[in-house]
Amino acid sequence: MGLYIWINKITGEGPNDLNTLNGLNHYIGMKTIDEESIPELVFMPYIIVTLTFLGLLVAYKGGSRSILTLIILIILLGVVGMYDFYMWEYDYGHNLNPDAPIKVPGMSYQPPFIGSKQLLNINATSLPWIGSAFIGMSVLLFGFSYLNERKNKGIQA
Amino acid sequence: MQKKIQILVLAVMLLPLIFIIGCGKSSSSLDTGDAAQRVYVKPGEYDEFYSFMSGGFSGQLSVYGIPSGRLFKVIPVFSQNPETGYGYTEETKAMLNTSHGFIPWDDAHHPSLSQSDGLADGKWIFINANNTPRIARIDLKDFETAEILEIPNSAGNHGSPFTTENSEYVVASTRFSLPIPNQDVDIKSYKENFKGTISFIKVNPESGRMNLEFQILAPGFNYDLARAGKGPSHGWAFFTSYNSEQANTLLEINASKNDKDFIAAVNWKKAEEYVKAGKAKAMPADYYHNYVDEKTRVAKSEQMKTVMVLDPKDCPGMIYFLPTPKSPHGVDVDPTGEYIVAGGKLATVLPVHSFSKMIKAIDGKKFDGEIDGIPILKYAEVNAGEVQNPGLGPLHTEFDEKGFAYTSAFISSEVVKWKLGTWEVVDRIPVYYSIGHLMVMGGDTKKPFGKYLVALNKITKDRYLPTGPSLTQSAQLIDISGDKMKLLLDFPTIGEPHYAQGIKADILTKDFMKIYKNEDNGNPYATKGEKDAKVVSEGNIVRVYMTAARSHFAPDNIEGIKVGDKVYFHVTNLEQDWDVPHGFAVKGMNNSELLIMPGETRTVTWEPKQPGIYPFYCSDFCSALHQEMSGYLRVSPANSNVELKFGTGK
Repeated sequence: MGLYIWINKITGEGPNDLNTLNGLNHYIGMKTIDEESIPELVFMPYIIVTLTFLGLLVAYKGGSRSILTLIILIILLGVVGMYDFYMWEYDYGHNLNPDAPIKVPGMSYQPPFIGSKQLLNINATSLPWIGSAFIGMSVLLFGFSYLNERKNKGIQA
Repeated sequence: MQKKIQILVLAVMLLPLIFIIGCGKSSSSLDTGDAAQRVYVKPGEYDEFYSFMSGGFSGQLSVYGIPSGRLFKVIPVFSQNPETGYGYTEETKAMLNTSHGFIPWDDAHHPSLSQSDGLADGKWIFINANNTPRIARIDLKDFETAEILEIPNSAGNHGSPFTTENSEYVVASTRFSLPIPNQDVDIKSYKENFKGTISFIKVNPESGRMNLEFQILAPGFNYDLARAGKGPSHGWAFFTSYNSEQANTLLEINASKNDKDFIAAVNWKKAEEYVKAGKAKAMPADYYHNYVDEKTRVAKSEQMKTVMVLDPKDCPGMIYFLPTPKSPHGVDVDPTGEYIVAGGKLATVLPVHSFSKMIKAIDGKKFDGEIDGIPILKYAEVNAGEVQNPGLGPLHTEFDEKGFAYTSAFISSEVVKWKLGTWEVVDRIPVYYSIGHLMVMGGDTKKPFGKYLVALNKITKDRYLPTGPSLTQSAQLIDISGDKMKLLLDFPTIGEPHYAQGIKADILTKDFMKIYKNEDNGNPYATKGEKDAKVVSEGNIVRVYMTAARSHFAPDNIEGIKVGDKVYFHVTNLEQDWDVPHGFAVKGMNNSELLIMPGETRTVTWEPKQPGIYPFYCSDFCSALHQEMSGYLRVSPANSNVELKFGTGK
C-alpha cells in the first residue's frame, strides 16, 4: 500500500489505498488524511510556479549574483517546506484520538522523514519522489552555472 | 604389495554397504519416484493450472489447483448456500427460480470453459443442471454465478453444455424423452408419444448472456453426452444416444439389446439457416431465464413463453445418425477435429468415426434407412478404426498434443492410452476406483497441455481414512508427459466430480477482480457512506440501511422493531481492500447469514417472533477487533409504542 504526496494533492498507489489507510488508521486514533484540511496543497503550486518563472528569468538574464540568490531562495523554501512536512507528520503521529481502540503506552505513529521505520506491525517507508528530484536537479544545475559564471568572470577580469 | 591388499580388503568390505545404500534408494523410487516433488507447490507459490470440477449432487462447482490438488473455492451455482447467502438473499434468490417454482438444489455435471478459436479463453464457465434442466454461466472475473437458463421440453439435461469453438453456442440434449409438449399420457405409449430434444443456446460474445435460439426434435431415445466439432468439423455438434430400443421400463436390460445405437451429428450452421428461412415453428413453452443485472448486481427472473423448434423432417441435411456400438456414453472430438471417438460403455471395442469420411458418405448418400426423417449413415462408411481391447466399460476420451488419446474404463477401473491413426493401445494404468470421466488439461481444445490427466472416480472404498458409510469422492492426478503414465496424487473432491475443465492459471490471473468498486455499486438499497446509514419503516416493513467497515456496523443499536415486522437488512460492505469480506448474522435468523464482499450490498430478511434483545455480529473474522463488530436489536411486542431509534451512540 502506498501514498503519493503531490504538490497539490494526495493519492494512493492503488485506487483505494488512501481510503483503506484512513479506515485502518482509526484503530490508533490518527486523523484522516484529508486533502481539504491541508492548505499547503492549495498555495504550494503558486510558490512552485513563481519559483519556476523566477528560474526562467534568471536563466535568461544570467548573472552570478541573481543565480546565487535564487539558489539560496530555493534551499530556504525547501527547508521551510521540509519543516512544514515534518510538522504535519508530527501532528498525524502524535495528535491521536483518546478514544482510539489501540493504545500502546508511549507509542506515537510519526512516519519516518526519509527512510524506514517499524510502527507496530507496519513497516513505514518515506522517500522523496520525482518532484523533489527535479528541484534537487535544478539547484545542482544552477549551482553549476553559478560556478561557471564565476569562472568566466575570473577569466574576463 | 601389502598396501594393495589392504585397499582390496577395504573395497570388498565396503561393497555390501554400497549395495545396501543403493538398494534402499532404488526400492523407494520404485514406489513413488518423484511424485511427491511433482505435486509439491511451495507454501506461498501458485499452482500451474486451475481445475474446475463439477460438484455433482451438491449442485455446485469447485475450484482446485493442479498439481497440488488443493481446494480453493466452492462456487454456489444450483444449490442454496447459507454460508454466503446465495439463493437466500434478495439479490440472489431469483437465480433459482424455475417453471416448477423455486428449486434449492440440483445435480451439476459438466463444466465447460468458454472458448475462442477452439482454446479456453477464461471468460466464463458453463455447467448443466441434470435434474431440472438448466445451464448456468459463471463469470470468471469474480468466480460467481451470473446467469441460469432453464431448458424447456427437456428432462435430464445430461448432454450439456459442451461449448462450440468460439462459444457461439452451448448445447443441451435430453437424457429422458418426454411427450412434447408435456402431457398426461399412458407411459406404455412411449414409442408413439415420447420425443427427445437437442437445444442450441446462443451466447452473446460480449456479455455472455444466453438465449435459447432453437431446439431440434429428435426421436425418443436417451441422449447422453455431446461435443462440438472443431477446425474442419467446426459448425457441427455430436450427441450420443442410447435406448434406441425406446424402452420405458427396466432400461438396464431393455435398452441394451441393439448392437448399435446412434451418434447424432448436427450441422448447426445449416440449422441456423433453416431458422432464418422460417422453418422453425414457435412452440408455446414455459421456462425461466435468470440473470444478474450488470448495474445493480441483483438477480432478475424473466419468464419465457415460446421456443423455436425445428423438425428434421422439414430440414434435410441438418442431422444424421452415425451407428455406434453399444449404448455409447462419451463422444469426443480430437484436437484436429477429424476424429470422433465414441465410448460405447457396453462395447468391446472403441469405435472412432472420421469426420471427412462422414462428409463423403453424406455426399455419396451412403444411407442405411432413416428414422423420423434422419438418415442413418452406413457404419463402414464413417468408421475410421476401432481400438481393440480398450478396457471394460469405456466411457470418455480426451487427448494430448502428441497424437495420443486417453480413455476411461469404468468397469475395469483404468485409463487406457492409445494412438490416433494406428488405434493401438500403448499403455494402461489402474485407477481407484470406477472412473467416470477423465480430463487432460485443455484436452477438449485444439491445443491440449499433455502434462497432467485427472481421473474422476466414482468410488473410493479403502483409499482414505473411513468416515462411516458415506465416503468422499476422489480425483487422481496422473502424469502423462512421458511414455508411461504415472500416478502422482489422490485428492478428495466435493459431491461427485462428473467432469472437469483445466486452464493455465495465468490466463485467469492476468485479469481478475479484487473488489467491487463502491462507486459502481448500483444496488437500489446500497448505503454509500456511514453517514447515510438509516432505518426506515413503512407499515410492518422495516428497512435497515446498514454499513460494515472494520470493525463496526452502522447503525449498531436499533430499537422500535416489533413482532410481526418483516425486517430487511441491506448491508453494504464499504471496504475497498482485497480479502476483507464482512459477515452478518442475527440470533434466530431463519434463512442464512450474509457474506458481503468489499463494495457489495446484500440483503437478508428477518421476521422476529418474540420480543426481546437480539444481538447481531460479523461472522467473518475481519480484523483485530472483529469480536467487537456487533450490535443489538430491540424487538418489542406488536402493539407497543416503542419509537424507531437507531445509531452508533454518537
